[in-house]
Amino acid sequence: MWAFIHKLGSPKWFYAISARLQPWFWVAAAVLIVIGSAWGLAFAPADYQQGNSFRIIYVHVPAAFLAQSIFVSMAVAGFIFMVWKIKVADMAAAMMAPLGAAMTFVALFSGAVWGVPTWGTWWMWDARLTSMLILLFLYFGVIALRGAFTSRDSASRAASVLAMVGVINIPIIKYSVDWWYTLHQPATFSVTSRPAMPMEMWAPLLIMVLGFYSFFIALTLMRTRSEILRREANKRWVRELAGEVS
Amino acid sequence: MPLFREPEGSAGVAIRATLKRDLVLMMRRRSEVLNPLVFFALVITLFPIGISPDPELLAAIAPGLLWVAALLAALLSLDSLFRSDYDDGSLEQLLLSPQPLPALALAKVAVHWLLTGLPLALMAPLLGIMLSLPAGSYAVLALSLALGSASLSLIGAIGAALTVGLSRGGVLLSLLVLPLYIPVLIFGAGAVQAAILGDGVSAHLAILGALLAVALSLAPWAIAASLRISING
Amino acid sequence: MAFDSLSAFLAMGGHGVYVWAAWGVTGLLLVGTVIHARAERRALLRDLRRRARRAQHHGASSDVATSVSHQEGHARES
Repeated sequence: MWAFIHKLGSPKWFYAISARLQPWFWVAAAVLIVIGSAWGLAFAPADYQQGNSFRIIYVHVPAAFLAQSIFVSMAVAGFIFMVWKIKVADMAAAMMAPLGAAMTFVALFSGAVWGVPTWGTWWMWDARLTSMLILLFLYFGVIALRGAFTSRDSASRAASVLAMVGVINIPIIKYSVDWWYTLHQPATFSVTSRPAMPMEMWAPLLIMVLGFYSFFIALTLMRTRSEILRREANKRWVRELAGEVS
Repeated sequence: MPLFREPEGSAGVAIRATLKRDLVLMMRRRSEVLNPLVFFALVITLFPIGISPDPELLAAIAPGLLWVAALLAALLSLDSLFRSDYDDGSLEQLLLSPQPLPALALAKVAVHWLLTGLPLALMAPLLGIMLSLPAGSYAVLALSLALGSASLSLIGAIGAALTVGLSRGGVLLSLLVLPLYIPVLIFGAGAVQAAILGDGVSAHLAILGALLAVALSLAPWAIAASLRISING
Repeated sequence: MAFDSLSAFLAMGGHGVYVWAAWGVTGLLLVGTVIHARAERRALLRDLRRRARRAQHHGASSDVATSVSHQEGHARES
């Protein structure tokens, strides 16, 4: 077990194994997102209350899931980096942060656009949207902190600590915002909390969520491989690799 | 027989020494203690000018205004929490000492709260009068601010420790810390709101206390780790 | 199929603007991140190859030099 973890921690080994894994996740992401999009956009029945605008759920919810999961993954990677000094974990954490911020933005944007037909306004201080907005600031904080240090090791450790502090706070923020929202706006209609959806509505949603997760894994593998080349450019195996490619 | 023996209760001695040293230092730099208070009063003055002097309107938004202004004032004082110790090298000495760093960091944060959070809490009722805050909520305002600002100091110290080594950490510090302040703000302002409405405030204060307990149990370790990162470069 | 015609599909029952805006931005961002990741990788590989070529061209002498200095360093350490 330990031998395996340390092997996985070696950039060279990770570079090799990720090369084999990566295509599968790209294929899975492409297939799932194409099927989910077609099903969600064209075949799922329209919602009896919201009509066709509810089809935004098929991008809003996967993006929101991914936004939260990526922050948690970042904190887990930071923890692994801090405890076992596995550099690949930190490279992955650095590479997934921008995608997490992008997904948070997608969730916010799609939520705001969805608000026009449902609430009649672009922005409501809805509990979910507010939490997402705070999450976006947390992402900005982690990315900015990493960029502020000149020494890479300090940057990595500082970003890891902040990600872990953030991940402890996310549930607290979420619950306090939910509480705050029910206190101030008790009777408004929330876009995504709905009674049981029929199967032909939630099946495409599930497919989209799985597709987004595959996309996240594939992209993180790909960008971590790039980051390995960047950080290990002076290592012998990378130079040999470059020699073979040329 | 060892040549040097740790004196009895050395951790306690070190914590008390840190507390005393920081208190003396802060009392010598009186402007640093006064600036957040003046800032608090100034920001509160801006709101009636910017919005309206109508007492009814001000009373409705007073709990939130007072809490947000106090939060910003506490934030303003954070940057200096470790800055001067970092500049003159005494922070490095603190790290080298054999005493547990989380405990020493906690002592520093306690001094910070004592000289910013507590004065802000005591001053808030005075500014509440100026915003025609309804009677019966003044004690809750001071109490919620006293409880909440302790959490703010603890959370803020993590950000201050992370950015102390950076030359221009001020704006970054607020970016890091403000999102984490939101739960405290929600329950702090909620307590004052509840007091105005005549609802029970014990639930709010209990949650503020719970937040403080969580911050007390986790933040010192995060502050210590962050200080090590900032010092060891 | 929930729609009768292509125009009905594009109109989305009057909500077309909102649905397509949300989906469009999501799609653009997903495609954009992939393009960015590919460009990043290609630029890195190009850079590595350039370095390798430079090392090959006037690398022979400098390689010897560095290995010699390494040996000296080891000698001093021991």
